[in-house]
Amino acid sequence: MLERSRPLSPFLHYRWQYTNTLSILHRVTGIALAGGYLLLMCWLMAVAQGEVAYGRFVDRLAHPLFKVLLALGLASFAHHFCNGLRHLFWDAGLGLERREARRSAWMVVVGVILIIALVGSVLHFRDGGMP
Amino acid sequence: MTQTSGLGRILRQTSARHGAEDWWTQRLTALALVPLTLWFCVSMLLTPAMNYFAVRAWMTRPWNTVLLVAFILVAAYHSYLGLRVVVEDYVHEAGMRIALMLLIRFVYMLSAAGAVLAVCAVAFGGIA
Repeated sequence: MLERSRPLSPFLHYRWQYTNTLSILHRVTGIALAGGYLLLMCWLMAVAQGEVAYGRFVDRLAHPLFKVLLALGLASFAHHFCNGLRHLFWDAGLGLERREARRSAWMVVVGVILIIALVGSVLHFRDGGMP
Repeated sequence: MTQTSGLGRILRQTSARHGAEDWWTQRLTALALVPLTLWFCVSMLLTPAMNYFAVRAWMTRPWNTVLLVAFILVAAYHSYLGLRVVVEDYVHEAGMRIALMLLIRFVYMLSAAGAVLAVCAVAFGGIA
């Protein structure tokens, strides 16, 4: 029914370069954020279920394993947000030249580090919790 | 890879009809998610997320309710379309592909519906 000759996303054909890493990471972080989305929806539903259920949900999130996952979620969001902006500019026909694309790649890296540092420090100094 | 069009090709590939539309919706939802996620992140950083009553109070404010529902739906659609493309690129076996597509669709519909209902319940004070 479905054939192998369907068009694939462009980056699957190209030679590996460091800019490709951002492209494949966009996908990986997107998949991670799908998991994050589900968790977020569970959080909203926990709020509706009342104080006891919410407390249980938050307690579960306090588990070290979840903390690592939430940290990865934050990193994924930071990357997908910054690189997503880059993609939107490209779709508008801006910044497609190689030099510009490389410069924006570095801007993404800097943006990701800034977001992680900012959100991480706010969470750390506030209550040690994550949404 | 053949570039010819025709009924057979269209029947084999449903995205031959909807591909461009999905592509555009993916960008449109991405654009909408820029301010929505920024709003959500800043809100979360300003609200003590561990405090049940603080979260409830935040959710009950009308603008927050509206933006939260918009965020749930737009993010669900964006994420759904993204996962679809991933499945299209990597899963070539027909049965598995259809199963995954259906699973993704059901999971997003259920979680988005549940979350919207939850936010509305809190906002309207129905379930406490």
